[in-house]
Amino acid sequence: MAESKIKNFNLNFGPQHPAAHGVLRLVLEMDGEVVERADPHIGLLHRGTEKLIENKSYLQAVPYFDRLDYSSPQNQEHAFALAVEKLLDIVPPPRAKSIRILYAEIGRLLNHLMNICAFAMDVGAMTPMLWGFEHREILMEFCERASGARMHMSYFRPGGVSIDLPEDLTDDIYNWSETFDPLCDDIENLLTENRIFKQRTVDIGTVSAEQAFDWCFTGCNLRASGIAWDLRKAQPYDGYENFDFQVPVGKNGDCYDRYLVRTLEMRESNKIIKQAINNMPEGPIKTVNHKISPPSRSDMKNSMEALIHHFKLYTEGFHVPAGETYTAVEAPKGEFGVYLVSDGTNKPYRCKIRAPGFAHLQATEMMSKGHMLADLVANVGSIDIVFGEIDR
Amino acid sequence: MTDKSLQHEKLEDLGALVLNSLEDGIVKAKAIRLGELTLEVESESIVVVLKFLRDDQNCRFKQLIDICGIDFPDEDPRFEVVYNLLSLVHNTRIRLKVRTNSDNPVPSATSVFSSASWWEREVWDMFGVTFSNHPDLRRLLTDYGFEGHPLRKDFPLTGHVELRYDQKTSRVSYEPVQLQQEYRNFDFLSPWEGMTGLISDTTQNDGSKEPAKKSKS
Repeated sequence: MAESKIKNFNLNFGPQHPAAHGVLRLVLEMDGEVVERADPHIGLLHRGTEKLIENKSYLQAVPYFDRLDYSSPQNQEHAFALAVEKLLDIVPPPRAKSIRILYAEIGRLLNHLMNICAFAMDVGAMTPMLWGFEHREILMEFCERASGARMHMSYFRPGGVSIDLPEDLTDDIYNWSETFDPLCDDIENLLTENRIFKQRTVDIGTVSAEQAFDWCFTGCNLRASGIAWDLRKAQPYDGYENFDFQVPVGKNGDCYDRYLVRTLEMRESNKIIKQAINNMPEGPIKTVNHKISPPSRSDMKNSMEALIHHFKLYTEGFHVPAGETYTAVEAPKGEFGVYLVSDGTNKPYRCKIRAPGFAHLQATEMMSKGHMLADLVANVGSIDIVFGEIDR
Repeated sequence: MTDKSLQHEKLEDLGALVLNSLEDGIVKAKAIRLGELTLEVESESIVVVLKFLRDDQNCRFKQLIDICGIDFPDEDPRFEVVYNLLSLVHNTRIRLKVRTNSDNPVPSATSVFSSASWWEREVWDMFGVTFSNHPDLRRLLTDYGFEGHPLRKDFPLTGHVELRYDQKTSRVSYEPVQLQQEYRNFDFLSPWEGMTGLISDTTQNDGSKEPAKKSKS
């Protein structure tokens, strides 16, 4: 029998595919079921966020940050607020810092719950999704009670947070946090030693430490490759140095380790939440400089000065001294940075958003070459990508 | 000594080390502002500098965090390409700046950092800055067949075309943008005293404010 030649064929994966995590279009070159080349086509969710921010005042830029990585909006706002504060040379009051940390960690839980559960679903487990999203719903209610919005909070403003927490909210969060560890136990019981889950993830998409540096992995993905690096520890911001928490580090850098790092990190986040509530200081929640933060409603009714400040802030906004800064936070997906260039006016001259997922997605081909198509799905799920932040 | 001055000294040392280790003329300027070290670098030598920063024992900037373009339409050369690097070993960041215009390609950093590939594609897409020796310099974020470079300051915020699904022809159609209402752009750089400076104490009336810039219109 004559030997027939087998040609590689191209496969379009996405952009409408549940395992593409949004609008990822992957052009794959397949040799049978083995991935030879993976070329991600991104930008289907590109909204020109950076251009829009350049045309809006600093305060109007805050909501755009919610809409980047919509599974953990708080952490993005945090980066922007810190960058503007650095240029303005102001420090928010202690209570504002603690509230921010509390909500940044809630954001981390929101993100990890979504990622772990969606990843589990990608590789075949349905139940964690149902459990995880139940708790995500509760967490989003906490966000709603603080800011009025379930997801897009625009709560972290330059100079502090927008309004104070309502009464009883911290108690309710604390009571909920007591129920969170059992949920982690449940999810881990289903997944961690599960034979099918391990077959799908162990030794899949292994990234060595050197590769992780070369492709600029950050956050959980870098830690899974065995590098103990967390910006909350290494370059603490907003008082993370006063909190007691551990940084879980993986060993092998495969999909399984990335999953493990995230599950452990959720428990640590929960610890931070409890500490933040226990040590929540009293006091103002935004800077008292009313050139930057708006005055209270009651002040506005009684003081002409306050009314003028309010009017100026919500029309013109505040002017930021000329300068530039790169400020990064440890977002749940990795290092989320804002490179902000100010020319002294009320609008940013340039606001570059450094999204962690962008660098991670870029490495898809490196991770998936020679793997099966189904493993590519596991890889994409495990690096935790959300297209809001990649496409911007 | 405070933490801040220690950090400043560390950056001073690092800047001096880079200046002394590289050939004269490669690093054009050095500045430390807001606790961040910035070096302006000759664009032809950017690969040499990146390689040095990655491999030198006292630098070890193993992560290319970001490449960012900035457009200064009134200046020549027009574009600035900014490289942000992070050293995990020394827990420091450094920023490199390169000036170029749309005719002069910047040498690609892909040979030093694999992650540079997409950052550079994005800069090309958004600003039209080209990179020489880049293995695959395609557009990244914009639509297939897109024209222009959206983050340039002379590119309109609304873009040039709008796209919709046409029921009649059953296909996506592109049409020139038609705005129902002009984009509202308020001029806050008025000759009247605005909020030009920051006053730490809100009750005190600061008389030493510098006069605001004159209105453009």
